[in-house]
Amino acid sequence: MNRDRKARRDALKRRQEEQGAEHRPLTRRGLIALGGQLAVGAVLAYHMRRLQIVEAERYRLLAEENRINLHLIPPVRAEIFDRSGAPLAVNRQNYRVVMIRERAGDVEAMLDRLGLIIDIPPRRRRRVLREMRKKSAFVPVAVADYLDWRDFAAVNANLPALAGVQPEVGLSRHYANGELTAHVVGYVGRVTERELKAQEIADPVLQLPDFQIGKTGIERAIEHELRGTAGTRRIEVNAVGRVIRELDRIDGVPGTDLHLTLDLGLQAYARERLADEAAAVVVIDVNNGDLLALISNPTYDPNLFVRGISTTDWQRLLNNEYRPLANKWASGLYPPGSTFKMMVALAALEAGVVSPEERVFCKGWIKLGRRRFHCWRRGGHGHLKLRQAIEQSCDVFYYEMARRAGIERIAAMARRFGLGAAAELPIPAIKGGLIPDKAWKLRMHDDAWRVGDTLNAGIGQGFVLTTPLQQAVMAARLASGRAVRPRLIRARGGTPVTLAEPADLGLRPEHLALVRGGMFDVVNGRRGTARRSRIADQAMAMAGKTGTSQVRNITAAERAAGVIKNADLPWKRRDHALFLCFAPFDKPKYAVAVVVEHGGGGSKVAAPIARDVMMRALYGEEVPLEAYPPGQRPERERAPPQPRPEPAEPRIRT
Amino acid sequence: MPYPAAEMMPNRLGLLRKVLRLNWALILLVGAIASIGFVMLYSVAGGSLEPWAGRQMSRFAVGVALMLIIGMIDIRFFRFVSPLAYLGAFGLLVAVEFAGIRSMGAQRWIQLGPLQLQPSELMKIALVMALARYYAWLGRDRVSHPLWLLPPLLLIAAPMLLVLKQPDLGTALLLGLGGAMVLFLAGVSWWYFATAIGLAAGALYAVMASRGTEWQVLKDYQYRRIDTFLDPGADPLGAGYHITQSKIAMGSGGLDGRGFMQGTQTRLNFLPEKHTDFIFTTLAEEFGFAGSVSLLGLYLLVLVFCFASMAGNRDRFGALLTGGLTATFFLFFAVNMAMVMGLIPVVGVPLPLVSYGGSAMLVLLLAFGLIQSAHVHRR
Repeated sequence: MNRDRKARRDALKRRQEEQGAEHRPLTRRGLIALGGQLAVGAVLAYHMRRLQIVEAERYRLLAEENRINLHLIPPVRAEIFDRSGAPLAVNRQNYRVVMIRERAGDVEAMLDRLGLIIDIPPRRRRRVLREMRKKSAFVPVAVADYLDWRDFAAVNANLPALAGVQPEVGLSRHYANGELTAHVVGYVGRVTERELKAQEIADPVLQLPDFQIGKTGIERAIEHELRGTAGTRRIEVNAVGRVIRELDRIDGVPGTDLHLTLDLGLQAYARERLADEAAAVVVIDVNNGDLLALISNPTYDPNLFVRGISTTDWQRLLNNEYRPLANKWASGLYPPGSTFKMMVALAALEAGVVSPEERVFCKGWIKLGRRRFHCWRRGGHGHLKLRQAIEQSCDVFYYEMARRAGIERIAAMARRFGLGAAAELPIPAIKGGLIPDKAWKLRMHDDAWRVGDTLNAGIGQGFVLTTPLQQAVMAARLASGRAVRPRLIRARGGTPVTLAEPADLGLRPEHLALVRGGMFDVVNGRRGTARRSRIADQAMAMAGKTGTSQVRNITAAERAAGVIKNADLPWKRRDHALFLCFAPFDKPKYAVAVVVEHGGGGSKVAAPIARDVMMRALYGEEVPLEAYPPGQRPERERAPPQPRPEPAEPRIRT
Repeated sequence: MPYPAAEMMPNRLGLLRKVLRLNWALILLVGAIASIGFVMLYSVAGGSLEPWAGRQMSRFAVGVALMLIIGMIDIRFFRFVSPLAYLGAFGLLVAVEFAGIRSMGAQRWIQLGPLQLQPSELMKIALVMALARYYAWLGRDRVSHPLWLLPPLLLIAAPMLLVLKQPDLGTALLLGLGGAMVLFLAGVSWWYFATAIGLAAGALYAVMASRGTEWQVLKDYQYRRIDTFLDPGADPLGAGYHITQSKIAMGSGGLDGRGFMQGTQTRLNFLPEKHTDFIFTTLAEEFGFAGSVSLLGLYLLVLVFCFASMAGNRDRFGALLTGGLTATFFLFFAVNMAMVMGLIPVVGVPLPLVSYGGSAMLVLLLAFGLIQSAHVHRR
């Protein structure tokens, strides 16, 4: 018993000793570490002594001379012009007044005094005071911007009485044709905290008060190219920081000016022609991809944002049902409707599942399982060949083509025409649309692809989504047979941007010719869906395709009772009207795409707009009267073409 | 009377006993250093609590409360959670990587509810915790075994690489050095350290040699900083400007400085970041050599007190934790001071407890909380 306890005690003792042994090296290593750390401390102290005692005299002298302050000179932002040099985004002189807290003394009193000369709204005053509290005492804070010359001169004249007030002439962004190009050029605004943090190596100019950077559009997409590099200015100051003289300056590098491909005249015409519609228009040069007009309607004035938009203006833009802030031409997603039929036709032709001469019978619908797929024409089209089926936009024919070709072939063809992927343009919000295939549906909907989905895709409904830009690119590629890429920048700093020759699409020429022929018939044929929108001048003949995309389901019950007309539906539920075209038919120059949101039928609403824009592109400002079909000629020679009332013609739809 | 070591520390200390066992000298030191910070922040703001000093004070108050609470919690709890802390900090680092991809460029911050923090800061603590836990568990005889050396090296390397990707070279080096210190304290053989130093020298050579080639290791701006360090005069208005100006400001302070709020150099905005990384310059100018050496002395005193606490602690985890965190603290101020004096290249490391910044302040006081916990619950 006793021995037992002794043994246990010995064991404990041994363990304790072991633990002691375990512990000792930590103390030794700890001492070494502490010693090392103290040694580093000694080195630091030694250097402090050298710097602050041994060489103090030298540094004190340097400090006396070091009355030199480094100022940044903000770079001049690049200006943006249209293709012929008309200004889109330029820098204008901005007369402004800033105040420096530490020199003003009593800030409130100075603001009162300044308020006698220029108008300082109470809200602005509060903002100024808040900003002054937040920033250091020596940082100038803007009190008033965009003064007119008289006010600015008055402030200058009264300067002796205004301590801490500094008049300044800065540059501010001005959008000369703001509303016209808001959705292309975008606008600039103040740098936000977030943007400041997002910079990897923050450009110090961003910290300057009131420095502005691009927020949307080209201004944002190629901000770095536009901004340029800041210069520096060395200024001699006295002990309290007052500027004595400028010693030297290194000028910054301004950003490189841009010439866009836009044609401001055409842009203005297209905008005017759209009037109040919520719509998008894209005009593209089919040979080099130059984007000549890019309209998203309604639009807004970007200059409002540069100065800081008021809450009422902002609310008005947000609450507008037609969404003026949305960039419809680049990021508006619309089912292409019947404009997609060319893709289906080419997919079927290239796959060899249909011959140009084969006739398909349309009785007004086809049946798939228990479900009926309807043609837009209730009575059916009878026997049709492929070219006729484009002309009359027969849905049943394309249900059949889609079924035969299959979704994978259709999707591949659509992608060859630029659908389903975003174009490389300096527009931040640009969208790629959607070309569905089996893998996509499995991934996104976790569901197998069904033949019904293929039929819907065959007439550009269902999952298929395109942007107006993609519609125009598709038309341009159909017209040229080449993989034309859209471009927006024509010249940088005066040097034209050269483009590689677009590659051939690699389609059989007779197939392309057949589809183009169908598009020619759409506009010029006896039964064409857009016959009313032809160009009568044979040399400038136009080819196109209408599209009407549903935004609602038509139930069987409604179909039985008669489909409700668009005019009887609320705006939001009406069909989108689409039209794409190219001209002249023999030697295509331009392609135009028009999407009118909830506009109704493509032939009725979109096609006339596209035709007029096309004529303006082809003929310039003076459109000869002979170009209009008989009965549509404007009464006065210079009058802009107005949409004419529809005569009683057979009901036309896609 | 001999009894097992595990029983030397009472299992449950009363709250009052715990308060009495706190390392009060250390708390006073931390308070003194932070107060110097408040004074300097007040001065650089041109004699105003706004915008820095006031906010810094309230953060310090919150941080001290946090420190005391942590000090009251049993060290065994922290030993228990240290793997979790490491995994958590690591997860946040990975999250930053992903958030960074979405919001372009370097993103070192992450938003956690109302507060923003840098996970790399948290990692500095979590890494030391994990390593201390590892070596507290590992037997003495296995410490220098190559195989048993692999896990800690992995623990150090993984967060380092993530931080390097951010990219934040300074923090990555601090993590590596802090981790190495724990290994050193744990008694890993000298030979490994000699080899590591040799390898590091080789790697440094490779990094410099890779410049301008396709497989360039560092970002251009990091190379420019190294250039600037090697020859600050070459570009006095550009990148070398900071160091030159910093040295002029410090040197002109002389023995006793220009007086509180009298520094002309820092006042005239020759220096950016005068409230954060370069705040020591202002102190040195306004209070001279006396001021700068005093602050250095306070820092060194912190090291001495922490060492005393470590040496008197038989709990291996607590001792290693104290030693590792102290080393991290040491690296902070040594690197910052050496940087503003132009002894090493400019890396973004704040002066601990003095520079303006909530994230760093909170993390430092968290570390001191752990040191307190180790001290209170020492064996």
